[in-house]
Amino acid sequence: MKILTANDLRSGAVVWWDGSGWSLHVNDAIDVGDHGAEIGAREFAAQHVVDAQVIDGEATPEGVRPAHIKDRIRALGPTVRLDLSLKPADPQAGNWVI
Amino acid sequence: MYKYDTYDQAMVDTRVEEFRDQTRRRIAGTLAEENFRPLRLQNGLYLQLHAYMLRVAVPYGTLNSAQMRMLGDIADKYDRGYGHFTTRQNIQYNWIKLEEAPDILADLAKVEMHAIQTSGNCIRNISSDQYAGATADEVIDPRPYAELLRQWSSFHPEFLHLPRKFKIAVIASDTDRAAMRLHDIGLQIVKNEAGGIGAAFYVGGGMGRTPMIAPLINPFVPIDQLITYSEACLRVYNRYGRRDNKYKARIKILVHELGKEEYTRQVEEEFAHLLTQGIEPPLAELERIRAHFADPAFDADASDDLDLGDPDFKLWVDNNTDPHKQPGYIIATASLKPVGGIPGDASADQIRLMADLAEQYSFDELRVTHAQNIVFPHVRKADLYALWQKLDAAGLGTANLDTIGDIIACPGLDYCSLANARSIPVAQKIAERFKARERLEALGELKLKISGCINAGGHHHAGHIGILGVDRKGIENYQLLLGGSEGADTSLGQITGPGFSEDGIVDAVEKATEVYLGRREEGERFLDTYRRIGMAPFKEAIYAPKPSIGEALNG
Repeated sequence: MKILTANDLRSGAVVWWDGSGWSLHVNDAIDVGDHGAEIGAREFAAQHVVDAQVIDGEATPEGVRPAHIKDRIRALGPTVRLDLSLKPADPQAGNWVI
Repeated sequence: MYKYDTYDQAMVDTRVEEFRDQTRRRIAGTLAEENFRPLRLQNGLYLQLHAYMLRVAVPYGTLNSAQMRMLGDIADKYDRGYGHFTTRQNIQYNWIKLEEAPDILADLAKVEMHAIQTSGNCIRNISSDQYAGATADEVIDPRPYAELLRQWSSFHPEFLHLPRKFKIAVIASDTDRAAMRLHDIGLQIVKNEAGGIGAAFYVGGGMGRTPMIAPLINPFVPIDQLITYSEACLRVYNRYGRRDNKYKARIKILVHELGKEEYTRQVEEEFAHLLTQGIEPPLAELERIRAHFADPAFDADASDDLDLGDPDFKLWVDNNTDPHKQPGYIIATASLKPVGGIPGDASADQIRLMADLAEQYSFDELRVTHAQNIVFPHVRKADLYALWQKLDAAGLGTANLDTIGDIIACPGLDYCSLANARSIPVAQKIAERFKARERLEALGELKLKISGCINAGGHHHAGHIGILGVDRKGIENYQLLLGGSEGADTSLGQITGPGFSEDGIVDAVEKATEVYLGRREEGERFLDTYRRIGMAPFKEAIYAPKPSIGEALNG
């Protein structure tokens, strides 16, 4: 699947296109098909996000998983500070990245 | 320490308000991203893997307590309660909101700090010896010269758009603690036979994808021509440095391609021209600056006695202190490398504690080291035990300076958008593997440095053992280098061979240390043994095939 990610203009937070807006959670990401670049450009022009990019992902039983490790770390947060990640209560969350 | 005059303060304050307006316009949509991006970078604000990252300049690594306290407060107020001290003696915050960035810069300006020129193709923060002004082995305190260069290079209109970023280090002792020869310009302040002060110019060093050791292009430039000669070096680079290829744009490539002799000839020619222009600041300005760096009011009667009855304290003193030029005083280093910690990270509370301790025990002064630790430069020996107890209670008292536990690591793929692999987890695993005191003591001085990409933010080329993280088809892979050094005996590490997985690299490091322990001669450090016996024995041990299960069972 193709998923669209960016950084929120104001906070810089990593965000994922969920079909109607931006979510902090990669599991909300939808398959944007061939429309990612167009949506990204529109959202960039609207001053919502910066650095919008379409990346490869995979729908797994555990949820959406970006294909590249860099994007998985973007999705989770630093693996060495899981307390600051999106899954602070899950000590095994870092394994998802590898 | 240097104190801003009205010009310094006005420059910084003006820049804050300028950036506040630019940020407001960006958020309002009246300033386009492509126009705003270089402006935010000029103010040290990057967009990193998870958020905006702010890099704050710590000129030549020197801080006073008020500044350090502010760095802690910023970590709490605008970030997530911590900061990361870098290999450029700076501090970075990882979770900055764009709309709050101008407020942070305003807070920094209150304590005479900023983030100007911590990014972009300009002259970056000037680094120096963390023991400057405290060590007995220096010719003179190098910080006034670093400060003069800071003032010259700040907003220098000719050098704000160089072919590539430009890093200068200034030292004044033969014991190079600033990796001086791995800088675009490395300056060693020296004294000639007549007693005159001057600077030896080493130009064209650097790490990154093409590591080079800077050659000496002039052994003695009189100190009253320091700026003029620096300007000549930069002018030749600015004129002829490559702008067509980012990877060949650093001055080291120009010096290498021209050859040291031709580059030097051009610099001398430009220098002769510049001498006619009278660009050198008057010596009175240098003297004004120098007055800020006068010694603190040392107690001439301070006792040289040190009670080492507490074995843990003794271990820390043995590892983490160095002699001071003033009898009765000592230089102490707080390690930001606890086992399991993140090299260079400090919490807001730890940062504020160090500010308080500097106020109490070190004449209000601290230094950030390029090895990502914090120095208390002027501690009375009588106060050292109390200082250590307070540091240790806060997790800052690990006795591991310059050991395999004192690992330099860039933020790597956990934070950095340029990285290909994570650095920090590797550092943590190695620190854990070698945490036993006996192992640290047996290995002695062993500098291990890890970078998460070829840009070498973790100085892997200069590690006695270096590790470089690479991307192998989306999988993290780690190359091992041996034999690097950044000191007076600067050398570049050599890659051992094929790379390793995250766990494999820890095993490989261990095997390298076993070779050292088995082959070392009396008094040899790891680096000395490597230089004597060469790569082959290490390679043989590191890549020896694993025994089969049957072989293992049969012993």
